[in-house]
Amino acid sequence: MVKSILLVGVGGQGTILAAKLLSTGLMEAGYDVKMSEIHGMSQRGGSVSSQVRYGDEKVHSPVIEVGGADILVSFEQMEALRWLRFLKPGGKAIVNDYRIKPMPVVSGKVEYPEGILEELRSKTEASVVNAAAEASRLGNPKVMNVILLGAAIRSLGLTSIDWARIIRENLKPAFVDLNLMALEVGMGLV
Amino acid sequence: MKKLMTGNEAVARGAWEAGVKYASAYPGTPSTEILETIAEYKGDILAEGGVNEKVAFEAAMGAAIAGARSLAAMKHVGLNVAADPLFSMAYTGTNGGFVVITADEPGQHSSQNEQDNRNYAPFAKVPLFEPGDSQECRDMVKEAFRVSEDYDTPVLVRMTTRTSHSKGIVECGDRVEAGIREYRKDAAKYVGVPANARARRLVVEDRMRRLADYSEASPLNYVEDNRSEVGVIASGTAFFFAKEVFGSTASYLKLGFTHPMPAGKIRQFCASVKKIYVIEENDPVIETQVRLLGFDCLGKNLFPFCGELSSDILRRSVSGACFDATEADPAKVVPRPPTLCAGCPHRGFFYELGRRRNVMVSGDIGCYTLGFAEPYNAMDTCICMGASISAGHGAQQVFDMRGDEKPRRVVSVLGDSTFFHTGINSLLMVGYNRSRTVNVILDNRITGMTGHQQNPGSGYTLDGGRAPDLDFEALARACGISRVRTIDPNDLKLVKETLDWALGLDEPTVIIARWPCALKRFSPEDKAEFAGAFQSRYRVDRETCIGCKACLRSGCPAISFDSAAKKSGIDPDQCVGCGVCAQICPKSAIVRE
Repeated sequence: MVKSILLVGVGGQGTILAAKLLSTGLMEAGYDVKMSEIHGMSQRGGSVSSQVRYGDEKVHSPVIEVGGADILVSFEQMEALRWLRFLKPGGKAIVNDYRIKPMPVVSGKVEYPEGILEELRSKTEASVVNAAAEASRLGNPKVMNVILLGAAIRSLGLTSIDWARIIRENLKPAFVDLNLMALEVGMGLV
Repeated sequence: MKKLMTGNEAVARGAWEAGVKYASAYPGTPSTEILETIAEYKGDILAEGGVNEKVAFEAAMGAAIAGARSLAAMKHVGLNVAADPLFSMAYTGTNGGFVVITADEPGQHSSQNEQDNRNYAPFAKVPLFEPGDSQECRDMVKEAFRVSEDYDTPVLVRMTTRTSHSKGIVECGDRVEAGIREYRKDAAKYVGVPANARARRLVVEDRMRRLADYSEASPLNYVEDNRSEVGVIASGTAFFFAKEVFGSTASYLKLGFTHPMPAGKIRQFCASVKKIYVIEENDPVIETQVRLLGFDCLGKNLFPFCGELSSDILRRSVSGACFDATEADPAKVVPRPPTLCAGCPHRGFFYELGRRRNVMVSGDIGCYTLGFAEPYNAMDTCICMGASISAGHGAQQVFDMRGDEKPRRVVSVLGDSTFFHTGINSLLMVGYNRSRTVNVILDNRITGMTGHQQNPGSGYTLDGGRAPDLDFEALARACGISRVRTIDPNDLKLVKETLDWALGLDEPTVIIARWPCALKRFSPEDKAEFAGAFQSRYRVDRETCIGCKACLRSGCPAISFDSAAKKSGIDPDQCVGCGVCAQICPKSAIVRE
């Protein structure tokens, strides 16, 4: 059985690091794993996705297809809607209650859309979490990504993997304690 | 030992295990991380940043002829730049193994075209490997070095964005030293005068015949027999997409070595099934071979010929439908186009340039290409690396022929790394043939768009060693341009005055807009030269702000407009204090904190 996790957000939010930690943990737990991301020019402040597919059988494609994700983890409100069609009907969405204004909104051409969370809740099982507020409470807005990773891990039922070790082995020592706390906080949010 | 690796990391690993001694590359998405990862094998491999792909290719070619296993890596369009040595080295052959990685971009995530570089293999008459996941990248690069030495030929390995940037589990091995082979002078082989090259031409044909036998025997071209009447022939990532869709309902011919193609294996496979799908990204390279061998198949008449493939695209092509999906209200999704970062030193320059009328801006490839977009609209063309200055030259010569009362003026714009790549040649053209173009080098002290690689102007090498401080002004003068100025692009008044100065002259000029990228990690020299840069913040004084939105024309992502209060605001987390918006505000409502 192969499962697909889609992490989406805005360039700079740390989806790639979250996906890397997730994939490393899954590999060490004995699963076959493929992960895909696109980076380059279109990602400069643009919409980004990191895709993780894992299973107890061989994973072929590194790319999640439309209607193929078991879970959608969105680091930003509107990005959840942009990528929603990749979620399986009945799939789960974890959405960060956080907005990053795109250029057309910044320049006053259009308003940031309202009613996104309502739209999401009407279409799928959505857990809305406030990772930004939790990250500020921990003293560093950047750990929003590991908080969301924690929430995803709990939702996927992957808590038996030794994530603390994965974090210790893959992050700079100065950031380990903070990220361990962030992971813990995230796991408690869903 | 198992490791989770991107395709690019796995290429580097394969090269290291194969005993490579020398590697060079010019950065370009999606190939950039290949050389960056090779550089981590310091001590075993000398990794050098090439100033362009041709130079990187030639440096690695020389290293190979001198006897070391060597590698050059580039994005697909980079191989166009390096095509000259590729075609002729196919004749001379090599000494130590020589492998060229081309990273193609189906889907054009970060590129100006979608060329399928597999076409180079038959054109240049070199063997071709097509890995599809990280394990294959590591394995095929090692095999490519063996083939290069056994058949005395440069070898091409074609990656795509998905192979380069996807991660998978790789079973790694140890490095096996290949040593440095003895170098022997051999003019008949390496000196490509016509008499020698005509003889080598026959060697090439003989080599391709022997490589066809290799292809036939290679385990990289294998059949997965699922006793089905449906057969799928696929290469690269497309094979893995196909497996996702057809599973065990089809038999497969997986091609990992695709030039020359294994005609016997293809013939045998096609004869064993009733329906044949050929699944490959971009051009019908394999399909053409299948048809030449006399078999009808479903290929580009069914699957898209452009863009990236994916399993859902295949599914839709084959069965007319993909999985059910959860659809959202599209009205609630606003596009998120890429933007120049807060504090980007290109902003001030493009703000002023965009206000000019009767100019053509001849652009180039880098982050600054975003100068074409709203709100600057300050770029007319962007075609290929280094073309800004030379295309601008030609355009100015023609505008000046028209006999207009006020002929249109050309401002050519490119970044520091692009200037070194191929812009210097173009500037020589300008200095030599005297067009009155304004040539602007946006020197942000680093190669920005590909993720901050050092370049010949940044004062450092790939491995962090000190390099000479290149004198941009002296270089411009040496190219024959006597009117040269260096400016701070964040000083709008200075930018305006300098453009006035250059456009007021009837001879070529060079303007160097020198300020570091806002994301750059400062070197000690940067800290001394740009003291205080990016260390302040600005805010909007709400009492003074009249809501005129002039500051929004800076296009800074840190500034937004509160339409309820009719006031602008600056996000303190994003602002790095370049001060461009404060100079635009007509009421001095934007103040430094």
